[in-house]
Amino acid sequence: MTALPTAEDLKAQIEAGVPGAQVTVIPNASPSAQHSLLLDHEHAPAVALFLRDHPDLRLDLCTLVTGVDWLDTETTEKIKVKKVVPGPVGAGIEQEVEETRKTKIPGYLEAVYHLFSMEKKHDPPAMPVVLRLRTANRIDQTHVPSLTPVWRSCEFQEREAFDLYGIVFDGHPDLRRILMWDGFEDYPMRKDYVPPADDSLASLPFASLQRASTKEAR
Amino acid sequence: MTGVAELERRVEAGEDGLGDILEVSMGPHHPSTHGVFRMDVRLEGEKVVRLKPVFGYLHRNHEKIAEHGAYLAAIPYTDRLDYLNSMTNNWGYVLAVEKLAGIPVPERAEYIRVIVAELSRFQNHAGLVGFLLQDMGASGTPLMYAFREREKILDLFESLSGARMMCNYMRFGGLRVDCTPAWLEEVRQLVSGLPKFVDEFEALLRGNEILMARTQGVGVLPRELAINAGVTGPMLRASGVNYDIRKVDHYGVYDRFDFRVPLGDHGDVYDRYMMRILEMRESLKILQQAVRDIPGGPIIDPKTRLRGLRPKAGEAYGRIEAPKGELGFFLISDGSTIPCRYRVRPPSMINLTILEDMCLGHNIADVVVILGSVDIVLGEVDR
Amino acid sequence: MFGEGIIQGLVETARNFFGSYVDKDRLVTVQYPEERHQLPEATRQFPFLLYDGADPEAGLRCVSCQICEKECPPQCIHIEKSKDKKPDFVGKLQFYPAVFNIDVSTCMSCQICVEVCPFDAIRMDNQFELSTSNRFAGLLYTKPELAKSNEYYRKIHPTEAAECDERRAKEAEEAKAKAAAAAAASAAKAAQAAATSPAGAANGASGNGTASTPVEQPAGKKPVTQ
Repeated sequence: MTALPTAEDLKAQIEAGVPGAQVTVIPNASPSAQHSLLLDHEHAPAVALFLRDHPDLRLDLCTLVTGVDWLDTETTEKIKVKKVVPGPVGAGIEQEVEETRKTKIPGYLEAVYHLFSMEKKHDPPAMPVVLRLRTANRIDQTHVPSLTPVWRSCEFQEREAFDLYGIVFDGHPDLRRILMWDGFEDYPMRKDYVPPADDSLASLPFASLQRASTKEAR
Repeated sequence: MTGVAELERRVEAGEDGLGDILEVSMGPHHPSTHGVFRMDVRLEGEKVVRLKPVFGYLHRNHEKIAEHGAYLAAIPYTDRLDYLNSMTNNWGYVLAVEKLAGIPVPERAEYIRVIVAELSRFQNHAGLVGFLLQDMGASGTPLMYAFREREKILDLFESLSGARMMCNYMRFGGLRVDCTPAWLEEVRQLVSGLPKFVDEFEALLRGNEILMARTQGVGVLPRELAINAGVTGPMLRASGVNYDIRKVDHYGVYDRFDFRVPLGDHGDVYDRYMMRILEMRESLKILQQAVRDIPGGPIIDPKTRLRGLRPKAGEAYGRIEAPKGELGFFLISDGSTIPCRYRVRPPSMINLTILEDMCLGHNIADVVVILGSVDIVLGEVDR
Repeated sequence: MFGEGIIQGLVETARNFFGSYVDKDRLVTVQYPEERHQLPEATRQFPFLLYDGADPEAGLRCVSCQICEKECPPQCIHIEKSKDKKPDFVGKLQFYPAVFNIDVSTCMSCQICVEVCPFDAIRMDNQFELSTSNRFAGLLYTKPELAKSNEYYRKIHPTEAAECDERRAKEAEEAKAKAAAAAAASAAKAAQAAATSPAGAANGASGNGTASTPVEQPAGKKPVTQ
């Protein structure tokens, strides 16, 4: 049983071990304190290999792969800006003006990987190592590199993330829908998913009864 | 039906050797698939040359349902994941919430959790071994013996939680109701009688020549592949990897009990079968100690808010050693009463990743046995 | 010897077969429906509504707070609040459910409604033979079908019901004592007012008047947050 390096140390190790890799530590404020590492697409497979084969880390078990959907968010903040306002005499006067600035943060899809080591069995508090990969947006640039070549356990779970979130894993050997049927088009786990209106269930007699008897689903 | 389309394409292309290749769609309504599960199998004679598992027939988007309700409302839904082991499913989920919100658990609750989880493991393994033997053609007899003992455990669950299978028993910070001394006495009595059952059950088939011929050397899962494919639970340990989350994560009060982790040597179906029998014995050991040592005290942390729980924004991954493998729950909170992301790590789905590797080169009749030894429950695979 | 294992297994089978005639542990099944297992007290199937006294309408404990409706995971409860109020067991005026429906075809018997109810108004039944020839309306339980008496509750869950009754008796007593104390206090206040100011005599009458009407008391048991 050995302790695992902290997220910051891991970042340093990765950056030393994989030249060019950009790693960002994403802190986690909850009591679990499971911080995660955001990887860049280009070096992600190399970083994954590094983590798997490093003699002290040996993160050989990629236990959980999941998609997460982050919608577009808009933040409004009031900021004070210095502006030159035309003065009464013609000359500009510098004045502090309060402005509301709206920043639109585009949403993205995220693939999250949880790693453990079967060989080293690190002490639990620092576990697991969490890796994150983010897509550029939610609409057309939804590609991330697949880590299935590194950990076979990602195979079905990446397929599931593709099926339910629409994250495309480049380099996955067999990227097909897994839970939904082949002809299905939408991605049901996305936050803005709307079930089709012509739900075949609605035509069944109990659907109308249910609607009368219970409130509409939240 | 991609297989059929492929075959048609090849027939139209006038390829040779088509007479040797046969596409078989096993399932979804096949008695050996343990539920609505399908395997697209390509056979050359009777040998399997390709096998693709197809599932999702029982998909109900469990995760989406949980992301629409409060933290409390997800507990009864977790019962329905692996519907044979609602107690361990509850535990995995409440453990993740406890990590996410930093909720302590009283000692008595931890002991009762261990008791119900080990009873659950016992009945799961007994049932699985019964099903596995049924798949091999030992029609009914072992399965009924296993179910007879399982029945006694389900009766205990019913008198404790009110339901036999959908227990909905655990809560974050503890448990829903306390157990009575009379219930503990019943557990003690049952546990003292169960080793006899395991002995009998082992004697029934351990030395059976037909069983050995059907299982030994069949469906071998090499150690390295098992690790790389994220296989967990008895499947992994049958391949000789010493990894039991009860020992590794020290969750609950498992540290206080003296028990051993059985390990296999060959990673074949016979090892996986024996692994379940040995784990049943270890579970009984834990149960005897837990029933003996259980302390008094409250069963739920008094400060826990069950209704309207609002964990701080953040995320947590909690996992336990469920009877089928590593059962994990990943939760992301955005500070509201509804989880922002709720994800289950289903052990039986991930254990299916290597089904093809285990089946290649074996006869189609062995596929049934190999699948039986994986121990899947479709409620969990499809969610 | 080849076949030894098979013979050993057959010996086990024989032991189980003959054992099932004498050993109760080897034969756990009963001939349902002629014979029945005794259900454990904790058994739960579907929810029902409790009422006190003889009249299911007047004695219904539900105050239509709709907490269970909100918390129900499969959303199978539908409640419509009444327009008027009626007194509850401590004498406080409360709403009552004009409509209370449970769709048992959706209900998953999870007992969360029972746990969250602060008024001891909803409990789990142990009836399981509920098959009906009407697939839809037959499984939608309305208020008359749901209302069951406290005696029934005592019969099916004796321990739990005893605890519940004791707690409610205590609450009612406390509420009564509180009401009496408040009445006494306001009477004393009125008397004092009448004594100190000559003009207060006229007010005294109204003061006594207030005291004699049933005083609205906060319910002894606050809605529990758990």
